[in-house]
Amino acid sequence: MRRIRIKKVLMYVALTVAALTFIYPFIWMIGASLAPRHEVGTMTIWPTHPGLENFKTMFEKIPIGRSLINSLLVAIFTTSLVMITGSMVGYALAKMQFKGRQLIFYVIVFTMSLPFQITLIPNYITMINLHLVDTFFALVIPFAVSAFAILMFRQAFQGLPQALIDAARLDGCTEIGIIFKILWPNIKPTLVTIAILSFIGSWNEVLWPLIVIRNEELMTMPQLVTLFSVGGRADSQLGVKIAAAVLLALPVMIAFLFFQKHFIQSMASTGMKD
Amino acid sequence: MKFIGVDNYSRLFQDRLFWKAIGNTLKFLLLHIPLQLVVSLFLAYLLNQKIRAISFFRGSFFMPVIVSGVVVTILWQQLLGYDFGLINRMLMALGFSKIGWLVDPDVAIYSIAVMATWKNVGLYVILFLVGLQTVPTQYYEAAKMEGATKWQQFYHITLPMINPTVFMVVILSTIGGFSLFIEPYIMTGGGPLNTTLSAVLYIYKQSFQYYNMGYSATLGFFYAIMIMTVVILQKKFIEKEV
Repeated sequence: MRRIRIKKVLMYVALTVAALTFIYPFIWMIGASLAPRHEVGTMTIWPTHPGLENFKTMFEKIPIGRSLINSLLVAIFTTSLVMITGSMVGYALAKMQFKGRQLIFYVIVFTMSLPFQITLIPNYITMINLHLVDTFFALVIPFAVSAFAILMFRQAFQGLPQALIDAARLDGCTEIGIIFKILWPNIKPTLVTIAILSFIGSWNEVLWPLIVIRNEELMTMPQLVTLFSVGGRADSQLGVKIAAAVLLALPVMIAFLFFQKHFIQSMASTGMKD
Repeated sequence: MKFIGVDNYSRLFQDRLFWKAIGNTLKFLLLHIPLQLVVSLFLAYLLNQKIRAISFFRGSFFMPVIVSGVVVTILWQQLLGYDFGLINRMLMALGFSKIGWLVDPDVAIYSIAVMATWKNVGLYVILFLVGLQTVPTQYYEAAKMEGATKWQQFYHITLPMINPTVFMVVILSTIGGFSLFIEPYIMTGGGPLNTTLSAVLYIYKQSFQYYNMGYSATLGFFYAIMIMTVVILQKKFIEKEV
């Protein structure tokens, strides 16, 4: 009995050490962002004279407020489009009979297996030819249709009874109405999953904005923070850099604290990341 | 557009820096994948032992997964700094000498591999946890009756049962590892001596610093084919093992 107890204690010790390794850097980050200049470099969690000085400097030096709004808009528009296009295509693939349905399905699956490196430059050249470089559209349109979302919606719709659709048609409901008014309320878990994945994916995306946006006014927050960090502008101002990281992380972290279960379920259900 | 045939490909095969970038990425994967497997399986195994406060532990492991790679990189830059980094300070306090985590050409890419593992491991903990929970408890009870040790149980029951998860984790961390970009871009810019120049970072530099769009597209295409080949080979190999 005693051996079992020692084992249990050891297990909790190991887990706690592991948990601290994952949490400590974030707590330190928040502490450091509030610290006065000479204290930022230290590793203590709580500064002696906390203040918002770093955040003030940050708002003065870089258009971070603007980029926050940009990031929010991009994430909201991308997520909405992904859900609309995904459910429309998914519905057609799941519940409608037409020639070439299977072929279209396989083509969509195939595009998922392609690494993004293959399409990166061609997509950029398309953006140039459409004159979309340095516009808001360049950040949204390439992500407006997601093969993954289509497959998730298709699967969710396949699980719903045909009678639901037939009854709605008898009542004179249009196909669009069927998707969004009749079927959507029945697949809430799928909606939550796709919304979370697509929002987080869009919020954290950094390579694509670095490629298509040069105008500082249009930059997303991860992009602006990256350029600020590598551009040498932040060298003397560690506190400001940390403050920028805090502002970038905080919305996602807060959402995660409230909806932990949904976040984890969504991501685990797919095995996808980023 | 002008068709220039295979010129870009012959250039690719002679491009030393590209092959160096591929080599760096492979070195990265060589540490990243096994580390990811071992750490995530270990943590999932602990979480599966009827632990209290499981959602706290799970949540803390998961935190870096959802946060932007930019944030994680900025944080680790502070941890790995040569003069004032936390890790070197701890080493000094314990009487060891400092290590050039990001400035030593022999070390830098492995530091980045550890950081990337830290960022992603939480996701794989969850995947393994789901896998572990599907193993029927009768199997363990039967094994215990036969006098099997914990280690034997793990090796002969758990591991074969969660093989699909192992496979998924290997594939996902391979694909994720091949897209290594933002970490070296922010932390080292590819240095020291191009030892952390990842393939994607090189492709990015070719197009947006040297403006060789066509060549860069060739690199991207070639690299993508390479990734798919590696993933297919992994799949074949693992399926044969089962």
